[in-house]
Amino acid sequence: MKLELGYIQIKDIQFSKECKVENGTLFIDPEVVKAFMYQDDDVKAWVKDFSFDIAKPGESVRITPVKDVIEPRVKVEGQGGQFPGVIAKVDTVGSGKTHVLRGMAVVTAGKIVGFQEGIIDMTGPGADYTYFSKLNNFVVVAEPVEGYQDHKHEYEHAVRIAGLRAAVCIGELGRNVTPDETQEFETFGIIEGAKKFPELPRVAYVHMLQSQGLLHDTYVYGVDAKRSLTTIINPTETMDGAILSGNCVSACDKNTTYHHQNNPVVAELFAQHGKKLNYVCNIITNENVYLADKQRSSDWTAKLCRLLDLDGAIVSQEGFGNPDTDLIMNTKKIELQGVKTTIITDEYAGQDGKSQSLADADPLADAVVTGGNANQNIILPPMDKVIGTLDYVDVIAGGHNGSLRPDGSIEAEIQVITGATNEMGFGLLSAR
Amino acid sequence: MAFKVVHYINQFFAQVGGEEMAHIAPELREGKVGPGVALEAAWKGEAAIAKTIVCGDSYFAEHEKEAKATILDWVKAEAPDLFIAGPAFNAGRYGYACATIAKAVKEELGIKVLTGMYEENPGADLKKDILIVATANNAAGMRQAAPKMAALALKLMKGEEIGASVVEGYMNQGIRVNFFEKERGAKRAVDMMIKKLNDEPFVTEYPMPTFDRVAPNPAIKDLSKATIALCTSGGIVPKGNPDHIESSSASHYGEYCIEGVLDLTPETYETAHGGYDPVYANADADRVLPVDIMREFEAKGIIGKLHNKYYATVGNGTAVANAKAFAAEYAQKLKADGVDAVIMTST
Repeated sequence: MKLELGYIQIKDIQFSKECKVENGTLFIDPEVVKAFMYQDDDVKAWVKDFSFDIAKPGESVRITPVKDVIEPRVKVEGQGGQFPGVIAKVDTVGSGKTHVLRGMAVVTAGKIVGFQEGIIDMTGPGADYTYFSKLNNFVVVAEPVEGYQDHKHEYEHAVRIAGLRAAVCIGELGRNVTPDETQEFETFGIIEGAKKFPELPRVAYVHMLQSQGLLHDTYVYGVDAKRSLTTIINPTETMDGAILSGNCVSACDKNTTYHHQNNPVVAELFAQHGKKLNYVCNIITNENVYLADKQRSSDWTAKLCRLLDLDGAIVSQEGFGNPDTDLIMNTKKIELQGVKTTIITDEYAGQDGKSQSLADADPLADAVVTGGNANQNIILPPMDKVIGTLDYVDVIAGGHNGSLRPDGSIEAEIQVITGATNEMGFGLLSAR
Repeated sequence: MAFKVVHYINQFFAQVGGEEMAHIAPELREGKVGPGVALEAAWKGEAAIAKTIVCGDSYFAEHEKEAKATILDWVKAEAPDLFIAGPAFNAGRYGYACATIAKAVKEELGIKVLTGMYEENPGADLKKDILIVATANNAAGMRQAAPKMAALALKLMKGEEIGASVVEGYMNQGIRVNFFEKERGAKRAVDMMIKKLNDEPFVTEYPMPTFDRVAPNPAIKDLSKATIALCTSGGIVPKGNPDHIESSSASHYGEYCIEGVLDLTPETYETAHGGYDPVYANADADRVLPVDIMREFEAKGIIGKLHNKYYATVGNGTAVANAKAFAAEYAQKLKADGVDAVIMTST
């Protein structure tokens, strides 16, 4: 399967009555985006109103509570559309040509649903911990209808759909723009690949999807991952919007939709594909809370690794604590099939860094990459402008009573920062 | 003004002699001697060695108490900003002396200390107590070791934040410290995978720990006479979370009276936990802390009594050290209250 990504570099975003992408600037009328979001009945039912803002790198701006981050794209050639099974029809994606508005993102924010929304600072020390501080962000702040507290799942769903629709609406503006750069990605059939690269070790990516429960979901072609058995998927499908974030888990190690679209493990495996390894495929597996599910899913993962005659598997996690058991079960069982693993996780070693970092361990997990200790404290200085609200800073995961200080600064764990300790290895943060 | 340093070296590096002179007692010299020259050069005037203490390796090993007392007196009188020892490379007795005396200066005089040696030097056993820069296994490594030690020493003296062990070059102290790598995690994972596939050496970023396993107590023979307590890491708290238990990385637990409470209702209880969907726990907190069922069992005589207090914290992202400390404390309270058994619910 071959996918061509055409990157259109977005250097600036401006509100405008006319919607277009011109010379690297996105001109956008928020009313058009709003109208497109409201075409969905659930959005209509649960979101009273939207407000819009723009946050640029280096500005003294804090966005919180952040729910999801999405990269606007458009399918220009080949089968399928954006976010198949959720926005576009369920046709298989991952081939043909997709235009990407690179250097920008749609960020959804607004009243919290659980405790897991995060913070993006566009400047200052917090900005170093989130890649999204480097992007031009089109921020959509949702205001729920009255009484949403009794319908949090419905509201969460509506905001998720709204964010995706905003990204689709904006992505569409890149359809007829000539990309600044294009890149091709291709994987092969099992036998075809083996014939093509007979000398190269066969490596797959075991992509663990957060599925601990409602509000901790991931969707694959619209299917809630917790209702799916472990299966295989082409890396280019992942790159083409097949996997979406369900928006929760602590902000620092939540895989936003942007992370899925730009999965760094996929990118780095492609960089070595046909050189030092043969990138066979992705195996997607869930992180359910029941022991039977954990057993079944990890057995299945190991079984698929064997079935695909792999030499190696890179395993990435999402979340922490409970999913640590899935991570270790997967790793141990894959190793016992004679397939070598390296794993990517993050740590909860306490604010002093002295506690054990994971809730589970096994000596077979001997090759670990870490995204850092999420419990590390940080002081985020006040910003001139807040998009969203500071009302929840004390209660989001990583905050504590008094996190928000009278001068508007925040003392909290880096856990509150969206993407800070990402377990796909998106960032540079690590720990020893 | 330049920072003041006292340097400890052995007879060999003071050019007194080799093994045949290892018996010499400690002597105090003015200024820098031997490897002190390289350290001072690296400090570029920001710090200077006021005194150098020279001691024979055998003397230190055989007269540890006396040597320590003499050296501590000298260091105390000098009151330096930093005490630095070695580097000892793979010299066993020298490394032991460096680490031991540095530890004593740190703990007894409260002065900042630093030493350096090869990772397999027996002195490195003290790496969790003091900062030890990892060096090569012989003195040919001085050219690399001295600037590394000097840089870290200066940071210590200036009171600057010390980065992760791999960045600063000291031996890992079992404390996890964050830092920014040069390559992103996914690239490091793929590089590590390629090395592992090719049977080349690689270094894991997180060596797996060995876990603390607790053997269960013997079973209770007669439940109908037992007082049972409920405890939870699922974050069930009285509505409004009066103790402000954090939604993640809890710093404390709560003790709550359930005298006369037959059922946890949405009006009275909720969860503070940020790691799972709160909707169902908030609708009926008995789902996490089963007070209703326990009351039923109590009424039927299946259990003797439900303890009138419960203990709750949030297990989400909470450090094991915190969790252990909470339980150690409230376990004593449970014991004092005559509780026979605890049902601990997670989520």
